[in-house]
Amino acid sequence: MATKLKEVDAVIVGLGWTGGILSKELTQAGLKVVALERGGMKTAANDYSLPNIRDELRYVHRHDLMQNTARDTLTVRNNPKQEALPMRRLGSFLPGEGVGGAAIHWSGGTWRWTDMEFRIRTLYEERYGKSFIPEDMTIQDWGITYAELEPYYDKFEYMAGVSGKAGNIRGKIQAGGNPFEAPRAREYPLPPLKSVLSAEMFNGAVRKLGYHPFPRPNANASRAYTNPDGVTFGACQYCGFCQRFGCEANAKGSPHLTVIPIALRSPDFELRTHSWVTKVLKDAGAKRVTGVAYTNVMTGEEFEQPASMVLLCAYAINNVHLVLLSGLGEPYDPASQKGIIGKNYAYQNGVNARLFFEGRHFNPFIAAGGSSDLIDDFNANWDFDRGPVAALGGYNISAGFNTALPIGYRPVPSGTPAWGREWKAATAKWYQTAMNINSSGSVMSNRYNYYDLDPTYRNAFGQPLMRMTFDYKANEHKMGQHAADTVNAIAKSMNPTRLNRATARTQPWTVVPYQSTHNTGGTIMGPSPSNSAVNKYLQSWEYENLFVVGANVFPHNAAYQPTGLVGALAYWTADAITKRYVKKPGMLV
Amino acid sequence: MKNRRFDRRTFLKSAIAGSATAASVTLPQTGQTQQKPAAPAASPPASPGYAYLNLEEQAFIETLVDHMVPADELSPKGTDIGINIYIDRALAGGWGKGERLYMQGPWKQGAPSQGYQLPLTPAELYRAGIKAANAYCVKTYGNTFDRIPENQRQEFLLALQAGKVSFEGGLPSRIFFTTVYQNVMEGMFSDPIHGGNRNKAGWKMIGFPGIVAVHAQNVDKFKDRKYTADPISIADMS
Repeated sequence: MATKLKEVDAVIVGLGWTGGILSKELTQAGLKVVALERGGMKTAANDYSLPNIRDELRYVHRHDLMQNTARDTLTVRNNPKQEALPMRRLGSFLPGEGVGGAAIHWSGGTWRWTDMEFRIRTLYEERYGKSFIPEDMTIQDWGITYAELEPYYDKFEYMAGVSGKAGNIRGKIQAGGNPFEAPRAREYPLPPLKSVLSAEMFNGAVRKLGYHPFPRPNANASRAYTNPDGVTFGACQYCGFCQRFGCEANAKGSPHLTVIPIALRSPDFELRTHSWVTKVLKDAGAKRVTGVAYTNVMTGEEFEQPASMVLLCAYAINNVHLVLLSGLGEPYDPASQKGIIGKNYAYQNGVNARLFFEGRHFNPFIAAGGSSDLIDDFNANWDFDRGPVAALGGYNISAGFNTALPIGYRPVPSGTPAWGREWKAATAKWYQTAMNINSSGSVMSNRYNYYDLDPTYRNAFGQPLMRMTFDYKANEHKMGQHAADTVNAIAKSMNPTRLNRATARTQPWTVVPYQSTHNTGGTIMGPSPSNSAVNKYLQSWEYENLFVVGANVFPHNAAYQPTGLVGALAYWTADAITKRYVKKPGMLV
Repeated sequence: MKNRRFDRRTFLKSAIAGSATAASVTLPQTGQTQQKPAAPAASPPASPGYAYLNLEEQAFIETLVDHMVPADELSPKGTDIGINIYIDRALAGGWGKGERLYMQGPWKQGAPSQGYQLPLTPAELYRAGIKAANAYCVKTYGNTFDRIPENQRQEFLLALQAGKVSFEGGLPSRIFFTTVYQNVMEGMFSDPIHGGNRNKAGWKMIGFPGIVAVHAQNVDKFKDRKYTADPISIADMS
């Protein structure tokens, strides 16, 4: 029998970026908040410190900061006809676990998604006609605008210490920045990170080809910084251990450094770690959620935490899982296309080339998480004519380094043996003399890419695992081919000694190896309950006191990393809750 | 002294022929003081011994890591930089025992895109895989992997890598290979605290400097210049 606890104003499930932002904002508005985090507490001083944090085996290959798949995982398949099987260990994507969530081990890429995404269906229909969009492509307008989100992007960037160069300040194009970005009110809080050789060479090459390179906007502080909340950051040390690692220099914008400590100082905030939420409780008649049920995983004790508001702030996949487990809303069915929960799961599509330059020294181990330059000419640039590609979406292209550690990163030219003297010689020769050009591409939502509950496999709590059905479709294959062609043209123009060409994916999506932790969709946002699970304030259409915060609300996935938008949406939602909802609970639209 | 292997083979043979209790006899471990071409000044320590692998498995893994990482001017051979010990420790520890591995059935082979689906922990996979690999080598070449000539070892490993080897009993040979190969790389390039990469030989081979605390000044200082420094490991900084 679960112990029923005293009601609070808001219960927050998961304490990463979104949970941290909402915990801080809601407690500062005077609400009593309880945050439930399934993992433990970790600190930079104790857990992300030298020398032990610099352990590639432990953090990259043994997933020390990640979700433990022995306890809860998901099942995967490429299409509804296939039998889904459990992802028995992590691979393609890496949800975090513990206070700070995946924002501990992210590398800091922070982007402003524009109206090109938010108005996607309208824009393509206007320019190319309705028939340009394949019938099974379930993209839709998001019901929000860039102009609405601009102040919240700004707030997130200044809070998280993003280094970068503005490309468009109030409509005025800025030299050295991304000319395709939407107008921003002001510069980034910090200047760009130092440029590394591979990024410089790429920058020069793409300029010659007429493209528009700029330094990656990234939450690695390029110098010591104090954010508007008074939180002090150290300067990035380019230590080469960024992605998959906590930052001992406090230079990576992360919630355990910024928003969470502020919430923790509030008497109105309580954090309960090792608290695994199994269900959102509801009063179906009243169309309200009433709190959550959770288990203390240290003792096995079960609790009910009543709350006036429930905010799901776990990793995007786990948010959707909890909504499905709790029976909130109608599960999506791809056959009838009825239901909404689980719809429009999307991912990203990458291709890359490897360039070898005899006599150059790239020092791949001297790098920040954001030590790269990019072009957005084939992404946020609406002048890029998708007509001849016959595909929607786009891709950005970058070169530089991020966490090029030697178990995982040992470039050799194609055809090199995998072991023996020749392998050793090639590995020794090229480790410091190779660089990559990478492309990250969008994935349009599709009728047959979705989540539901698995009929067979269970987690440690006896609950059905989430089932993910996903594959790349013709649209992604075409855009991927275009990306590979562009990458190869750039690579060849740089005249490398040897080149491992980029090749577009033709095989189905696989759960190994690592690809990207940018899983989107499942509880999508939109202008109407007929085509979305939440409204523009991430408020459930069906349960007005339930908010689902994360990339799970994205109706499709762009080429950009999601965190800048996720952070902006968290602040936007916090504003709507504290300024409007609290005063007059009810539907915000 | 390069005969430790030979001694052990002989011993192994007789142990298999003889009583089961013989297998628990500890062999002298002094053999590793043998000459190594590229080892700098210090001679490697005596073998630290095995925590998981049995005698047949030790022979297989030692042979394999020395085949994949032969001694030359770039590094000592695999056993001399502890790759075998790294693998043994990995298998004896949490990872080898299936920590973080979802181990609930039902068990289906699935499509390659669905990843690892065997009902085996890594340690169990090694046990079954080495047995099957040796059975294959005996059938194909007339002897176990550690006792066939180098060219046959190479032929076998290439076939294994290419997925052309069928193990009796149905164990997927390529999954065994990719697991072992990944572990060999881990044993060569992970921090020495995990038992491999002895004397940071793997890092020295490629010029990886280890866990340098601060590189901010080095971004410009070493731009397009070779960064040379003795690598630093976790133990050095502890």
